[in-house]
Amino acid sequence: MSTVVQPLTTPAPRGRARPLRPDGWTIGVLLVALAVALPVLTVAGFLLVPAGDVWRHLAATVLGDYVTNSLLLILGVGGGTLVLGVATAWFTSMCDFPGRRFFTWALLLPLAMPAYIIAYTYTGLLDFSGPVQTLLRETFGWGYGDYWFPAIRSLGGAVAMLTLVLYPYVYLLTRAAFLEQSLCVLDVSRTLGCGPWRSFLTVAVPLARPAIVAGLSLALMETLADYGTVRYFGLSTFTTGIFRTWFGLGNAAAAAQLAAVLLAFVFVLVWLERASRRRARYHHTTGRYQQLDPVRLRGRHAAGAIVVCALPLLLGFAVPVAQLSVWAWRTWDDMVTPEFLGLMANSFGLASAAAVITVALAVFLGYGQRLRPNRAVRAGVRVASMGYAIPGPVLAVGILIPFGWFDNTLDGWLRTQFGVSSGLLLSGTVFILLFAYAVRFMTAAVQTVEAGLAKVRPSMDEAARSFGYPGATVFARVHLPVMRGSLLTALLLVFVDVLKELPATLIMRPFDFNTLAVRAFELASDERLADSSTAALAIVITGLIPVILISRTITRSRPGRPGRSWSPGRDAPA
Amino acid sequence: MRSLPAIVFVAASLLSVPPATAAESVNLYSARQEALIAPLLERFTERTGIEVNLVTGSADALIKRLEVEGRNTPADMLITVDAGRLHRAKSAGLFRATESERLAARVPAHLRDDDHQWFGLSQRARVIAYSTERVDPSELSTYEALADEQWNDRICVRSSDNIYNQSLLASIVAAKGEQAATAWARGVVENMARRPQGGDRDQIMAVAAGVCDVAIVNTYYYGRMRSEQAQPDQRAAAQKVALFFPNQGGRGTHVNVSGAGVTEHARNPDNAVRLLEFLVSDAAQRWYAKVNYEYPVVPGVDVSAAVREWGYPFERDDLPLSRLGELNATAVRIFDRVGWR
Repeated sequence: MSTVVQPLTTPAPRGRARPLRPDGWTIGVLLVALAVALPVLTVAGFLLVPAGDVWRHLAATVLGDYVTNSLLLILGVGGGTLVLGVATAWFTSMCDFPGRRFFTWALLLPLAMPAYIIAYTYTGLLDFSGPVQTLLRETFGWGYGDYWFPAIRSLGGAVAMLTLVLYPYVYLLTRAAFLEQSLCVLDVSRTLGCGPWRSFLTVAVPLARPAIVAGLSLALMETLADYGTVRYFGLSTFTTGIFRTWFGLGNAAAAAQLAAVLLAFVFVLVWLERASRRRARYHHTTGRYQQLDPVRLRGRHAAGAIVVCALPLLLGFAVPVAQLSVWAWRTWDDMVTPEFLGLMANSFGLASAAAVITVALAVFLGYGQRLRPNRAVRAGVRVASMGYAIPGPVLAVGILIPFGWFDNTLDGWLRTQFGVSSGLLLSGTVFILLFAYAVRFMTAAVQTVEAGLAKVRPSMDEAARSFGYPGATVFARVHLPVMRGSLLTALLLVFVDVLKELPATLIMRPFDFNTLAVRAFELASDERLADSSTAALAIVITGLIPVILISRTITRSRPGRPGRSWSPGRDAPA
Repeated sequence: MRSLPAIVFVAASLLSVPPATAAESVNLYSARQEALIAPLLERFTERTGIEVNLVTGSADALIKRLEVEGRNTPADMLITVDAGRLHRAKSAGLFRATESERLAARVPAHLRDDDHQWFGLSQRARVIAYSTERVDPSELSTYEALADEQWNDRICVRSSDNIYNQSLLASIVAAKGEQAATAWARGVVENMARRPQGGDRDQIMAVAAGVCDVAIVNTYYYGRMRSEQAQPDQRAAAQKVALFFPNQGGRGTHVNVSGAGVTEHARNPDNAVRLLEFLVSDAAQRWYAKVNYEYPVVPGVDVSAAVREWGYPFERDDLPLSRLGELNATAVRIFDRVGWR
């Protein structure tokens, strides 16, 4: 395997760490990383506060449940998203079957569905008192306890819900990786006598491994940070435990320590994965891309592919949207007011601004890592992308504290020095919200940008530089076109995530400033599912626009397509 | 690689929606959700000309925000929907004492803070919902009796993460002591028909569907399920369920309040007090009672017809509500120990 993917030149990033030389890039990266890591460090700071006897109490009572349930949850969601994400990515990128074009973008749709909303809708449908079970009882004359029906509000239910909305992360990144695979590599494997399955398992999947892992780790971090779903299903996990300890037991230190355990857990996961592919490097050796001729599936093969692609789309999107629409139909008049358009504008504006800012920072961090591959920079980037795994509300508190401190200190200083007050300069502004989003979703952006940068083989740089092009030109003419798909993917991920984001928005927003997610959650958490449906649908619809636009662009960014300055494309229509 | 690549930073500083500090305004942090407070605030503005600026959120988060914003906080007032959180805010030094004859006269002593730092605005009772088909109300008596063998596999109740359950257990600790409260909680866990899940509405739905026979719920959920605006399936379910007010003739049914206080660092304390006073006016109290099926705190203000129908008046546990806050951590530990998830 490794002979296939050996790079022509050794890129720096994975090599031996160079000694630290403080220069613009290193310092810049470290500053950004420090700012982004500030909330994480604030939470970690609570480790130094003694928590009293709470740990003994937790260990004797509920800690076992927290650990077991969280582990089972990530195992389940990990397996589920892996299977769904990779299978659908493979079919839509390498095979041709009726409806492929539709599935290509439609499979992303569940991304726009907040996890707690899908949990609420499925509970409404499948719970004992829901329409499905009621119909069964009425049809067969059963009563409670006469028949078996899977309990939706269970660990299995939570795994299903989270898998259905999180598999697009794996799908999106894996598909991009498959599309970028040089067909020559696959062709070689085929000529060496590998069947389609063996090519898939021994060439395509390992080549796509960094992308698959990136998608998977995003899904798992979201899983670990999920609060809405597990709370509603009544599951004891680390996240619910953190809240209970913080507010129920009134022990912030112990709660932060639980959060720190969660973080350590994520660190170990990330480290394990990196360690396991330390020696392997995944670069394509040739730039000779060819227009893909997807394998045309017929008969039952085509039917199979359609089923595999339709299932997650149906369960993760069509069914919940249908249920939401039924509810929205009934409550539409009360809910859609001029104010509602304001909510949409707020959500859209916040999500766009956050996406641009976060991805710009991620590009900066990515380049810092590429150009100055020293230990400090690498560690900085790792720490900067921990925010994703911290439950939103904990992260929000981690942001509130340093900002509040900064604002009050500045104000105090101005008062004593100049007798003027700055009040709260940043707290309670849109700025702090955008900062929060950058912290929370930096991982998603960094992972995606890294995957894109990895495609820019060092040989490309060298070739371009040997022609005497300055760095800026290389960036604009070589890097940007190669990374375009990845950058757009990163923008899409952050945009949709911000659209759904709740806890940080809820707690840090300015006066009289609401978003769709806030509206949907307020009503849903008050058990007014029907009333919340309009806002939930609006989130989905607002999320659709970029999903469709960007997924088209990603498809077009496939190597071998026309319009690429760096590749001899053919004139096949996109 | 001498020159930096041309990365353009998007330095979007959509900065500073400045905190509203105009002369006639009041800034409100509210754990009561917008739909259940905004109409009242609009009426207040109409009547007084004072603009109200609102941030809603969970009480714990808002308290934390107040805490870190310190003396520069823009918030003049905090509203929560349970007494435990009011106590928490007071303990953190976030409220100031409010001397208002009108508030003192209208809000009964046990529904406000001894130091005048917070005032109850509306009351909600935590009661037993039972199936009218399978339970005779004569079988029901007290919260304590729910731990009896008779209710084995027949009780639905939500998770103990919920503050209303924590407050209920705190009230039992206050009345009977920690040991008896632990035994009670253990008994209820043994009698549960299913693992705690969902919200109060879900418990009522479960009773109607036959999953269990009784549930512990707040009254206003039942009221909303019976209302004209409710979904048909919820209304149908509520038809099969009735409410029982436990511990009548004893210490009374457990009640909690939504309430509010003026913040320690309020910039517009006078306006905040005016808003508080407005919220305990007859009209505002009636609005609460009508729109959210709660009980007024002001004696003599009538409940809505719907609320009267399912049992009014009733005896209430007049435990000082600050005790609920003090005993909250004790209650959570008991829940952990007996495995009430």
